[in-house]
Amino acid sequence: MTQAQITFSLNGEQHQTTVDPRTHLADFLRHGLGLTGTHVGCEHGVCGACTVIVDGLPVRSCLMLAVQVDGCTVETVEGLAEGDALSPLQQAFSTHHGLQCGFCTPGMLMTLEAFLRATPSPTEQDIRIAISGNICRCTGYQGIVEAALSVAATRADSP
Amino acid sequence: MSARYFGAAVTRVEDPRLLTGQGRYVDDMELPGMLHAAFVRANMAHGRIRNIDTSDAKAMQGVVAIYTMADFVAIAQGPMPPMAPHPLLPAPITYHPLAEDEVRHVGEAVAIVLADDRAKAEDAAAAISLDIEELPAIADAALACEAGAARAHSNRPSNIAATLKTGFRNCDAVFAKADHVLTERFDIHRGGCHSMECRGVVASVDPHSDVLTLSTSSQSPYMVRRHLATYLKRDESRIRVMTPDVGGGFGPKANVYPEEFAVALAAIKTGRPVKWIEDRQEHFVATTQQRGQVWTLDVAFDNDGRMRAIRGHCIHDNGAYAPYGLILPATALASFPGPYALEALDLTIDVVLTNLVPTSPVRGACRPNVAFLLERLADRVARHIGIDRQEVRRRSFVRADQMPYTTGMKARDGSPISYDSGDYTAALDLVLDKIDAAGFEARRAAAAESGKLLGLGIASCVEDTGIGPFEGASVRVTPAGKVVVSTGASSQGQGHRTAFAQIAADALGVDLNDVTVEAADTSKFPLGMSTIASRIAVTAGSSVELAARKVRAKAIAFASNKLEVGEEDLELEDGAVRVKGVPGLNVSLSEIARTLAGNVGMSLPGGMEPDLAATAYFNSNALTFAYGANACEVEIDPETGEVRVIRYVVVHDCGKLINPLIVDGQIRGGVVHGIGNALFERMIYDDAGQPLTTTYADYLLPMATEMPRIEIHHMETPSPRNPIGVKGAGEGGTIPAAACVISAVENAMGPNGPFIPLHPISPQLVVKWIEMTRSTARA
Amino acid sequence: MKAPPFQYHRPQTREELGALLASLDNAKIVAGGQSLMPMLNLRVLAPDHLIDINRIPELAGIRETVDGIEIGAMSRQADVLSSPIIRNQLPLLARALEHVGHIQTRSRGTIGGSCCHLDPSAEQPAICAALDAEFIATGPNGRRVIAAADWFHGLLQSALDDQEFLEALRFKPWAKGHGYGFAEYARRHGDFAIAGAAALLEVDGTSQITRAALVVFGVESSPRRLHKAEAGLIGQMIREVAVAPIVDAARALDPMEDAHVTADYRRHLAGVLIGRALRDTCSILERSQ
Repeated sequence: MTQAQITFSLNGEQHQTTVDPRTHLADFLRHGLGLTGTHVGCEHGVCGACTVIVDGLPVRSCLMLAVQVDGCTVETVEGLAEGDALSPLQQAFSTHHGLQCGFCTPGMLMTLEAFLRATPSPTEQDIRIAISGNICRCTGYQGIVEAALSVAATRADSP
Repeated sequence: MSARYFGAAVTRVEDPRLLTGQGRYVDDMELPGMLHAAFVRANMAHGRIRNIDTSDAKAMQGVVAIYTMADFVAIAQGPMPPMAPHPLLPAPITYHPLAEDEVRHVGEAVAIVLADDRAKAEDAAAAISLDIEELPAIADAALACEAGAARAHSNRPSNIAATLKTGFRNCDAVFAKADHVLTERFDIHRGGCHSMECRGVVASVDPHSDVLTLSTSSQSPYMVRRHLATYLKRDESRIRVMTPDVGGGFGPKANVYPEEFAVALAAIKTGRPVKWIEDRQEHFVATTQQRGQVWTLDVAFDNDGRMRAIRGHCIHDNGAYAPYGLILPATALASFPGPYALEALDLTIDVVLTNLVPTSPVRGACRPNVAFLLERLADRVARHIGIDRQEVRRRSFVRADQMPYTTGMKARDGSPISYDSGDYTAALDLVLDKIDAAGFEARRAAAAESGKLLGLGIASCVEDTGIGPFEGASVRVTPAGKVVVSTGASSQGQGHRTAFAQIAADALGVDLNDVTVEAADTSKFPLGMSTIASRIAVTAGSSVELAARKVRAKAIAFASNKLEVGEEDLELEDGAVRVKGVPGLNVSLSEIARTLAGNVGMSLPGGMEPDLAATAYFNSNALTFAYGANACEVEIDPETGEVRVIRYVVVHDCGKLINPLIVDGQIRGGVVHGIGNALFERMIYDDAGQPLTTTYADYLLPMATEMPRIEIHHMETPSPRNPIGVKGAGEGGTIPAAACVISAVENAMGPNGPFIPLHPISPQLVVKWIEMTRSTARA
Repeated sequence: MKAPPFQYHRPQTREELGALLASLDNAKIVAGGQSLMPMLNLRVLAPDHLIDINRIPELAGIRETVDGIEIGAMSRQADVLSSPIIRNQLPLLARALEHVGHIQTRSRGTIGGSCCHLDPSAEQPAICAALDAEFIATGPNGRRVIAAADWFHGLLQSALDDQEFLEALRFKPWAKGHGYGFAEYARRHGDFAIAGAAALLEVDGTSQITRAALVVFGVESSPRRLHKAEAGLIGQMIREVAVAPIVDAARALDPMEDAHVTADYRRHLAGVLIGRALRDTCSILERSQ
């Protein structure tokens, strides 16, 4: 299969490379670029573990082909932290015990990161709906919801 | 020694790595020259392999090798060793690494393809021609017990692999004089594991040292090593097994799997590293599933509802193999009598083979089944007599003043089981108070005004935790004054590293951040068992405590010698041993460690042994019993049959809590798993043993929009059976949850509604029940 | 679960797309990919060619025209959901989109993709049926407009032939102030609906119903308009609408059955949900009368 050339921005850095068109974006990030923070949980678009942000929107990276990010801006979990410091959302996950095994966590973070940018004052129900496409088998979701609520509340306090 | 960390809700040391995408799970590993494996799997439930034609596949681009079991004959052959040998299974029923003659469930692996990447391996696997002669398959455990049923294994005349019995005292006598006897039949569905990370293994052989190394997403690295050593006739010292970060285990990853063996064999044969990552479709047909059982039970009880005795029979669907022996059905028997002070018990379980994916312990093993049976029976008794459900419990529970209470049951090693501590009635009273049971009827009436049915459910349970014989830990202080804890215990998200660091930091008076924990590497710690059955906090946690105490004692002895002060006047704080009240008079742990690391020609002071370190194994087979009472409210839309759990309250006693944040997380996750079992998770097979639910569109896991907030109230009765007073907490959330939800659904449909002896339930079933209830009421 | 090999094509214009469709055998269009990619990953489909139409700008966009509101086939569900034009003039479509999948799927999924794939439980095709949308298709013989009534050719089968592609959907909005209602039942938020229903009503100055549309979806293999029941609503007073005959009409359909859900239950749900959609519609209108 002929390779395709793509140019894209990833966590703020420009990349140019070739990809096999049938490789999905999650596999390309993980094995092509070595960014293994994005995880593959089901490969059929339900579990949400593979969620990344493309052009500002949360997407299931197992349902995008790598070749499709040509010209796009991609953000993964590796780009969330601010240098050595965890982002407020990441910190909140830890404070509120919103992760246990950590496998669904990058997908949860990227989904909530995109969601909270667009919806700064969500209710608890809004947050649960936002992550209704992300499966967690460990936490029962409560810690994740509390983490997102606390970030929203902090942002509301300091506009 | 101050308990600064033990009992504190410190945030986890595991978190920063995992939150920044720096976790290292097995699929994150890349080794030079690594081959990618894909398995060819049987697509029928029972068949005899006639031919596997790999000729087209072998010629495909990027394919390096394709093996069947015959290709490994020079390295090893035969079935895999059994994980849990049992006298009732003299001939273990285990897989071959690759099926040799007969396949016995859809998904059983028959060949392994090795290629440059997974996509090419799958392309080749699709090009392999499997010629399998179809044999009759048996897909229902009850039917499998009947004469003339299709045989799950063509060479086994009976589908009943074993019959387990348990009981105590004279059950028939108690039934003979009982005021009341009821019989009920229960149907508990299997369901699946569904950790978010599927299984996976990377195997490689170092050509120089000839050490076979496996990194595997497993709960039992030491079992993998032990059984591989047996199978390959290779000394354990030449096998290294590690678990990297594991994305959830929940039980099935405690098994030793054929794929782990096949990948190891492939690595040996090719001389190259081999990686296999299970995909989700495979997970549905190749990872063990949960606890399918059909029970018929008689319960004998008094006029006032006190339950006296239970007897009955179970048909246990074990699936096509017994890789974990009889452990799963054994937990069903062992979990009786739960919190109930029964006079007598008589139970039999037929462990039945079917041509379905094998079952093995999943979060709670069969303890949730037993909680379901006991709690449904208690509700049934209440309904029969016309008293409150709570009253049956109050009259039938083991009382706090009866502790320690010898139940009449025997442990795996034959010793009598006694509950160490607990107040089941107090737990029930507390949960009823916290959910405001007194105000429930008013809430029910208000819901009825808006056309909804509200129900209140209750369920109690007792959980054996901390099963032995041991785990171990070593604690060492480095010359820099840092503390390294090493243990064989593996983790799948339970925060062990944090919990163990808390214990060690307290014992040695150091900062939590100065403690690192190494775990689950057979080359770094000599012995380990398995992370299962809510046992690690008890066993490994206690080991860390015992080892840390030894190190502490040694540091104090050294300082006492050096400072010429009595040991009783010394304390450990801020990384040093210092005189109480005179902090300036101290010896740092780092100095002690450096000194005890020795200098050529210099004797160690005070005749001490080298190394500021110690190893301990908490070696005890004394189970310690956690317990709890749960209550929940469900709201039913009578038109659609939708059941929503709108409130869930847990009262739980797991002894002392090392880290409340972690324990609460375990409980919440466990409850949600149980709610999933009650309302959503159904693994459907057709009559030919074909799995029909093999994607997440069909198999429904609980999501955030359908789950309630879960309130937790702890009772902390320290366990008298280990040095840190803890009891296990990993499964306590799941054990009563399905029972609690079903109890609530039944309560919502009122006294004319059906008795619900099964789960999962579905909206369409609820609609049918409501229609039946309404016609009964009208009649 | 890796996709089987295929040749990848990325046309930049509608003309290039048309040429590819005319010349390639065993080709599949990938639009949002939310339905197609799972099938590829599960190896349920093995096309020789994949035609990626995500880079044809003319296929996206929401425009008001003299013939109605045109929604380009490649318009993302997220964009349709948040469009002020849709919220104001096609509020039923916006309401239905709240139930479509999840935040991640709406980022990529397209209204055209859903309307070509035609999962029986899909909301968007059902709303198109309710609103009598027009489907604008382009093929080797040029452009044609297909009425909603002619769009559904059976399970997962649209009216497009092999060499055609869907360009846009066109809707004529109902009168300002019209009533609408939507009800579906799914096991979990965002899941495929087990059944669903939508209703639209217009009334005149005397509170009499002058126009009605009722659709049930997820029950039969295509969305089903209840034309006789609609006709029966005309002339009824909005505060005295007879819901029972509508429920009966929905229960007269011939529901699908599968391993999870019986035909009886689907039939029962169809009645429940059309009743709810209709009552909500009446409530909107009653409040504004």
